[in-house]
Amino acid sequence: MNDEREHHDHHHGHDHAGHAHPPLQPDDTSPPNNYEVTILAIRDLLLDKGILSAEQVRRGLETLDSWEPSRGAEIVARAWVDPAFKKRLLADGNAAVADFAIDMGSAKLTVVENTETVHNVIVCTLCSCYPRPVLGLPPDWYRSKNYRARVVREPRQVLREFGTHIPDDVTVRVHDSLADLRYLVLPRRSAGTEGWSEERLAALVTRDCMVGVANPEKPRAA
Amino acid sequence: MSEAFAPGDTVRVSAVNPPGHRRTPFYIRGKQGVIERVCGEFANPEELGYGFDGLPKKRLYRVRFRQKDVWPDYKGDPNDTVDVDIYEHWLSPVAKPKSGRKI
Repeated sequence: MNDEREHHDHHHGHDHAGHAHPPLQPDDTSPPNNYEVTILAIRDLLLDKGILSAEQVRRGLETLDSWEPSRGAEIVARAWVDPAFKKRLLADGNAAVADFAIDMGSAKLTVVENTETVHNVIVCTLCSCYPRPVLGLPPDWYRSKNYRARVVREPRQVLREFGTHIPDDVTVRVHDSLADLRYLVLPRRSAGTEGWSEERLAALVTRDCMVGVANPEKPRAA
Repeated sequence: MSEAFAPGDTVRVSAVNPPGHRRTPFYIRGKQGVIERVCGEFANPEELGYGFDGLPKKRLYRVRFRQKDVWPDYKGDPNDTVDVDIYEHWLSPVAKPKSGRKI
């Protein structure tokens, strides 16, 4: 629970001690802003008036949490084995992921490809824009002040903290996702995976690879 | 409406601080970069944020900046970049240097 929130006067005499209020930025300990307070107040009113039940709210959160990065991994694996699909994915992400019955809504999926000479990494410095239809909900670190403020100005250091060392001769390209585009990194296919099935390849592609803070693991020796 | 900028054009981000909901982060205001691609037109989020319809739509660009141009003390490779989504009304043209720097 966010103790600092308990000191805030919500003006409607409701006891919040029984609710979990996940902070938007886990490492931001400042008091909730007006919008956060408004959202909590509206939710509590909907509950108090019986328009929504607590169980419906919980189910909604559960549904959001069920979206998994495995959808993005399937897309990456397809791009690795099918050059025509990869070409379409880079040209028009929305149309390409429709092959997987994924709807990007009004956002424009923009896929950036890692190569021998370029490493891409994604951030949203204003909030937490993230390609949810393909990766699910963003991890806490993606929404943290620390990541958002630092990856844009010292990306190599931040990547090292994730255990990802980018050689000096590889360009690091940070993408600040601020508007109507949503970014997905197409990682480099690991060496030693020639002839692998899409399913087997997809297992190497983790969420962090598709945000650009990691690279796919090398296949373990059989 | 024709596009004000094409890929490769050098642009500068307005160094202004208007009040309200703005989608151009402070760190990039006043900086010079190069148009990477034209992304199409979208309802203006700076108006949508207040419940207006966001029309007319605004053209969005991806603009590529050298990290060294954004952060004078940047320690990484001189070719490192930050690509930022910026709406057309935040951009103004910059005359291209003759020996065009390619990034």
